[in-house]
Amino acid sequence: MARRTPTPVRYAANAVGLMVLVVSVFPVYWMVSRSFLPRNEIRGTEQVWFPWGGNLDAYRRVLAGDAFRDALTTSLMVTLLTVGVALLFAFLAAVAVSRFRFRGRRSFIMTLLLIQMIPAEGLFISQYKMLEGFGLLNSIIGLTLVYVAAVLPFTVWTLRGFVDGVPRELEEAAMVDGCSRVRAFFTVTLPLLAPGLVATGLFGFIQAWNEFTLALVVMTDPAKETLPVWLIGFSESRSRGVDWAAIMAGSTLITIPVVIFFMIVQRRMVSGLTAGAVKG
Amino acid sequence: MTSSPRGGRTSRGRAAARRTPLPIGLVLPATALLVLALGYPLVRQVFLSVQEFGLAQQFGQPPEWIGLGNYRELLTDPYLWAVVGRTVAFCFVNAGLTLGLGMGIAVLMARMSGWVRVAAQIGLLLAWATPVVAAMTIWQFLFDTEYGLVNWVLVELGGDYAGHSWLLHPLSFFMVATIVVVWMSVPFVVFTLYAALTQVSDDVLEAAEIDGAGPWQRFRHVVLPSIRPVLLVVLLLQLIWDLRVFTQIYTLQKAGGITRDTNLLGTYIYSLGIKGGEFGLAAAAAMFMLALTVVITAPYIRMMLKQEEDD
Repeated sequence: MARRTPTPVRYAANAVGLMVLVVSVFPVYWMVSRSFLPRNEIRGTEQVWFPWGGNLDAYRRVLAGDAFRDALTTSLMVTLLTVGVALLFAFLAAVAVSRFRFRGRRSFIMTLLLIQMIPAEGLFISQYKMLEGFGLLNSIIGLTLVYVAAVLPFTVWTLRGFVDGVPRELEEAAMVDGCSRVRAFFTVTLPLLAPGLVATGLFGFIQAWNEFTLALVVMTDPAKETLPVWLIGFSESRSRGVDWAAIMAGSTLITIPVVIFFMIVQRRMVSGLTAGAVKG
Repeated sequence: MTSSPRGGRTSRGRAAARRTPLPIGLVLPATALLVLALGYPLVRQVFLSVQEFGLAQQFGQPPEWIGLGNYRELLTDPYLWAVVGRTVAFCFVNAGLTLGLGMGIAVLMARMSGWVRVAAQIGLLLAWATPVVAAMTIWQFLFDTEYGLVNWVLVELGGDYAGHSWLLHPLSFFMVATIVVVWMSVPFVVFTLYAALTQVSDDVLEAAEIDGAGPWQRFRHVVLPSIRPVLLVVLLLQLIWDLRVFTQIYTLQKAGGITRDTNLLGTYIYSLGIKGGEFGLAAAAAMFMLALTVVITAPYIRMMLKQEEDD
């Protein structure tokens, strides 16, 4: 649709575009800018639009307690473990689905698609009971187990696309040159899959890092909270009056890695999500 | 990945020739994990939903089989129907708004100057990338009773909004929830639909224009039919996401204090089971949610299965 646009239409479209920009960016700007404000300015009767007189006190208040660091540790461990296990299992499955025809292949793919439709909220009660039975409530392993299950279908689906994209002929050429099939796969195909593995891993990271519902259900012990659960708890604790600057600082800290990773994978985000869908 | 010799097999191809257990072994870890973490709980939930499993059972009494008792209790409770009604209404309103706004922005995006388009896209990406919990704290802050920017602006404009609480009344509670959900969801719709719109053939559009079709007619009869498959997928994804909305409602309930009049299915199941210890009832309600998801997403699933068949 790269057609000539009449000037008035272009102006109107530009106006809408700038509105979209402001509405999208302003809340994020508000979060970051408020996180630098001292308490008296955030609670003043006048709004401080730019945090010129700002400082890092709010970040110090967040980082001072053990709560944030505990939650960060839990979040990092669960997220990295989830990404690692999901990538490995999904990689194996994606190779099978892409490179082999076998009995049950179709039903495997269909099942993955159907699983994507299951809302976590429709299953968390019995997942909770299951983990309780295993003695895995408040455990990194327990939360990782349900996280891997949540991201696996999407991960297999995405990786399958990447494996499909590496022409089989390349492997065969290497085999003609005397490589074994396994060696051909590892020396030729695997390096070509590296970007796909990175992108898929980042997807998984974002999912697990952001996840709230299952973490709330499974990690009931305040010492075992993940960052999202910590943040919501932190924002609700009204004992000493609401420390909005600290809440915004905490939110900013949680947001930073996601935004960075998101910018890296954003091109694949659109096609990935429509091909097989997950979102928190 | 085995080095078995490939015989002269026909079209089904070289892959069929390898009848090794290898592929089964490759999908085994993924399958086993899904069976353990999703399949087993699902089966267990069916059993749980036909048992009396409340606090007494939490403390060691064996659960009692009560057949469809939990379902009867739920389905005859007008409160469940109020929750279901709210859930479906919230889902349709949010999906509708998201789709409408997303479509409008996507169409206009093609008509913006280059730099405006890029700026708008970066803004949308930022909103999209913001984690849901961060989005919640930001919007709660914006709508905060005492220090919120919204109340401040409304007071400056001469409104009687000093100390106004947005979360105390169900309608304004859901308005805030809708704003957050739509703010977070629109970017995905815009990017997807904009990508689809750029694929619409210029030649056909030009031909339609020469044939005297106005802008609306071109949109209605040329653009819309060609982006229909993408539109359908986006719509149904949005329905799924807005049906299962939990984090936003839970967080706002925590901040506002009212739950009974603002529960949607997700938070209702949570309060029945995790908070209330009525696991049997909660499991039955969860089964109800799964059924509702199936009903609303059935067209999507059918479409996906058909696509996979055509592969």
